[in-house]
Amino acid sequence: MHGIVGWGSYVPRFRIKVEDIAGQWGADAAAFKRGLLLEEKTVPGLDEDTITISVAAARYAIARAGIDPKDIGCCYIGSESHPYAVKPSGTVVIDAIGAGPDCHVADFEFACKAGAEAMYVAYSHVKSGEMKYGLGIGADTSQGAPGDALEYTASAGGSAFIMGADNVAAEIVHTYSFTSDTPDFWRREGEFYPRHAGRFTGDPAYFHHVGSATNGILERSGMKPEDFRFAVFHMPNGKFPLRAGKKAGFTREQMEQGWVVNLMGNTYSGSSPTGLASCLDVAKPGDNILVTSFGSGAGSDSFIIRCTDRVTEIQDKAPKVRDQLAKGRIHLDYGKYVAYRGKIRMNQL
Amino acid sequence: MLSPRYHREIPQRYRLEAGKCTGCGKIHFPPRSVCKECGGRAFEMEKLPSKGKVLTCTTVEIPPAEFDDQKPYVNAIVELENGVRLTCMVAEAPPDEVDVGTEVELVFRRLRCGREWEVLQYGYKAVVV
Repeated sequence: MHGIVGWGSYVPRFRIKVEDIAGQWGADAAAFKRGLLLEEKTVPGLDEDTITISVAAARYAIARAGIDPKDIGCCYIGSESHPYAVKPSGTVVIDAIGAGPDCHVADFEFACKAGAEAMYVAYSHVKSGEMKYGLGIGADTSQGAPGDALEYTASAGGSAFIMGADNVAAEIVHTYSFTSDTPDFWRREGEFYPRHAGRFTGDPAYFHHVGSATNGILERSGMKPEDFRFAVFHMPNGKFPLRAGKKAGFTREQMEQGWVVNLMGNTYSGSSPTGLASCLDVAKPGDNILVTSFGSGAGSDSFIIRCTDRVTEIQDKAPKVRDQLAKGRIHLDYGKYVAYRGKIRMNQL
Repeated sequence: MLSPRYHREIPQRYRLEAGKCTGCGKIHFPPRSVCKECGGRAFEMEKLPSKGKVLTCTTVEIPPAEFDDQKPYVNAIVELENGVRLTCMVAEAPPDEVDVGTEVELVFRRLRCGREWEVLQYGYKAVVV
């Protein structure tokens, strides 16, 4: 049996409400809240980035797994906001968590599905017998241009998953990927903010890939939507995952626990992994979870995950996603928010 | 900070690795070459606990220029659960949430950004539990 032996998520304390962003641009906050099904989003602190978020999530995953970090044979971090253009985030992360130097490290990029990629590759290494444990992380401090629709959703956070063959808390039963050249969202080298193709990001991109990956994995596994207790679909906003899930035959009840976007925003590479972590936080032995990520460009990775008896034994060994979303929130006004996100030019030191 | 020094201090800054004198058991953080208690020169690595209490603190209203965007912030001497004391910044919390006796946990944060061409510097800060 191969799968998740430990998981952890990190949610920054800072938030900005949809009303405060809409108010800045003279937009109709109620219309945005209705359209995006979003209340607020997370904002990284001035001293937080993809590396610090990854370390926090990985430390929680290690606490749940109860393993020696030195046994982690690979560390992959999926993000589109790695702090360095040249120097892998993973080099800092393995030294901070006490893994390495006997460790394969790489940073992944595939828009919002880079975290699922990291999980997929770490899982594959473990399944092949190449190493005892593999660490896959999805984390981001997402960018959205001022006034752009993305500004209402682009947020911060991440989740880490330790894959292994011993003491598995959630077996990965099936995987399936669906990928094509679909230019719906991109950021070229040197550009600060990403660009998107408006409505083209919907049906030809998100819904086509999420739907195809979900249908593909269900066909290959012979399973039906009613076989699952939880279903998680990438959350660029509140509406898209609910529509994609409904179209694939899932109910709102199945999606509710992993649907964290209304309080968190779109954590890009951390989005569907954090939805999965939220489900694992409360899952019972025998529960099946379907997860389908989405990365613009475009592609989706789907996982079918089955919880074991161990899942309930380790749930309380680290903070849960929904507890972090509810506790200790500090709300920023728009002025503070742009300063925190580095969107205003300050005097040089 | 130059890369060689930053690299040398990674064990203490990233993982709270202290030096425990094998002669008298005194724990030094940051690690030292010579024990200030017994003069011993042999040490073993001791990983510090991440939880503790604020022993004393001060609010920085006028910081060095590179920390100006974070003002006002709190600097504290934290006494960890094993009695070891260290100095660090308290992240996130407004100054009125931090006082003597406040329970804190050390977390991994970016300490300095420097200029755009410099190495980013990471290490520990405290957050209120």
